Amino acid sequence: MLNILEIIIPSAIFFAAPLIFTALGGVFSERSGVVNIGLEGLMVIGAFTGVVFNLTFADQFGELTPWLAIVVAMVVASIFSLMHAVASISLRADQVVSGVAINFLALGLSLFLVKMWYGKGQTDQVQVGFDKIDIPILSKIPVLGPILFSNGYLPSYLAIVLAFVVWYVIYKTPFGLRLRAVGEHPMAADTMGINVTKMRYIAVMLSGALAGIGGSIYAIIISRDFSHATISGQGFMALAAMIFGKWHPLGAMGAALFFGFAQSLSIVGQAIPFLKNVPTVYLLILPYALTILALTGFIGRADAPKALGTPYVKGKR
Amino acid sequence: MSENRLTNILVPVFAVILGIIVGAIVMLVSGYDPIAGYSALLYGAFGDRYYIGETIRQVTPYILAGLAVAFAFRTGLFNIGVEGQLIVGWLAAVWVGVAFELPKVIHLPLAIFAAAAAGALWGFIPGFLKARFRVHEVIVTIMMNYIALYVSNAVIRSVLSDQGFKSEKIYPSASLRSEFLQSLTDYSTLHYGIIISLIAAVVMWFLLEKTTTGYELRAVGFNQHASHYAGMNVNRNIVLSMVISGVFAGIAGAMEGLGTFENVSVKAGFTGVGFDGIAVALLGGNHAFGIILAAILFGALKVGALEMPSAADVPTELVDIVIALIIFFVASSYLIRLVLTRLKKEGK
Repeated sequence: MLNILEIIIPSAIFFAAPLIFTALGGVFSERSGVVNIGLEGLMVIGAFTGVVFNLTFADQFGELTPWLAIVVAMVVASIFSLMHAVASISLRADQVVSGVAINFLALGLSLFLVKMWYGKGQTDQVQVGFDKIDIPILSKIPVLGPILFSNGYLPSYLAIVLAFVVWYVIYKTPFGLRLRAVGEHPMAADTMGINVTKMRYIAVMLSGALAGIGGSIYAIIISRDFSHATISGQGFMALAAMIFGKWHPLGAMGAALFFGFAQSLSIVGQAIPFLKNVPTVYLLILPYALTILALTGFIGRADAPKALGTPYVKGKR
Repeated sequence: MSENRLTNILVPVFAVILGIIVGAIVMLVSGYDPIAGYSALLYGAFGDRYYIGETIRQVTPYILAGLAVAFAFRTGLFNIGVEGQLIVGWLAAVWVGVAFELPKVIHLPLAIFAAAAAGALWGFIPGFLKARFRVHEVIVTIMMNYIALYVSNAVIRSVLSDQGFKSEKIYPSASLRSEFLQSLTDYSTLHYGIIISLIAAVVMWFLLEKTTTGYELRAVGFNQHASHYAGMNVNRNIVLSMVISGVFAGIAGAMEGLGTFENVSVKAGFTGVGFDGIAVALLGGNHAFGIILAAILFGALKVGALEMPSAADVPTELVDIVIALIIFFVASSYLIRLVLTRLKKEGK
């Protein structure tokens, strides 16, 4: 049994990390009142940028390359998310439609560039990735150490740490209070002197930055190259995790870990005796079915921020 | 009112022009020749009989997917689940196509009906959850897309084949293929589906504009509270709208399953037709006639794009960029409207 956990848990964390980053991005955006269906596209941009940077600069930066790739992916995706911000905040576009456009554009643009630069539909394999590590001290804890803190990737652990940071920012800082106010009742927030437009721009760009990190981590650690199928649904799964986690950073992290667990079961499940006979399709659809159930209120009611999806027009009642 | 209508027509036209111009700029910046690129695109879409046949074939599911998105839109619902409804429709149509051998007059309608029913079921679930539990349909339909994808793949592997990657070919009695249309278009994959989708467009127009049910559906889309106050059953209309939307999407799947491919295969990802349907509906202003025009545009772009790499060395993805930009500009119509009103004021 312990052996099984030693396989499943690290692989669950491994699959969950990109989801956690992206879902946390979703929390920022949606808490400010902007729906972000474009998370998928922002992850695509992150994955594309991360892989291309990694391939191009691996010789110059050596071991540092993957870290720099993540940073660059973060910046590029956050700039890309500005399009969603401009359309949905300033131009009052339907936020769902604008998100759909982001998804189309991200995939079209990145594949266009891949074909232009590499002359084929996918990039080469990334050569410099992250190394698996055992966390010092913690990995020495009996039983838990080998399961939770060994044989993992540093970015995965950073994802979990970040969830707590985001929780602190959203619930314990003035910035977080303003962010939530803007998402619940923008007019009241505006009356109190909060710049609604500015807060929403910041939130959407943060969601772009985090989805960029999520996408680049997925590409560099899991897929190791970029093609049309690299990001296929992870962004939507992160969106599901955010909703399943009731728009709460720690809830989103928990849901992402659970979805990662389901994903790793569907992949390593064949090696586990009592799961062998469960068709993988059940494990594949589990995250989505559970999200629907969560929304229907069977697993506690989940309420979206009140102003979610509505552009704020000054002076309009 | 007439001025308003003019703006409604001008906005999509401007969006398309802007999208094409930005696409040309992208080509220029990337070192490609935009004129060569767009002429290759035009030739690949309408250049000869074969290409015209392929374009019409691509337009067929686009019309239906666009109708599906638009129908829900008119009732104030956003059905992103057209993709999933299309996939289950495709599966159901092929299932009926391979499972029985019947006279064509029964078999073909039965297969299309199965697709419609499957799509309806897939649309019913989010509709019901919205009506009963106030769950946002966007999220549920996204989740239903993935469930459709994985379930259909599992059914193809375990039921429709022996752990293989595609089903048997459907019996000719369930096929929409037509020797006549194929010979007319130099043996393209054109099939009778286009007639069905045009009929569907008329049905949608008639249903929404000329019947009491359609009036109620639109009323709910305009203002739920007012409709409720007027004695309409809002919840029933929400479910009905999603079900009808699902029917259109399911039939779009039947077009692929019974006409274009004549089988169904395991998919690594989405077909994209359902998502393109969102673009079609938006550009078409959610009106049946506009949707046909928008479907022709997007169908021509998609099919024409296949000619671009060989003739002008431009990657086909350029067209995806152009389509994304068009959606973007339509969505941000506030900007275009603003410019139009400015221009009008200065004219006076």
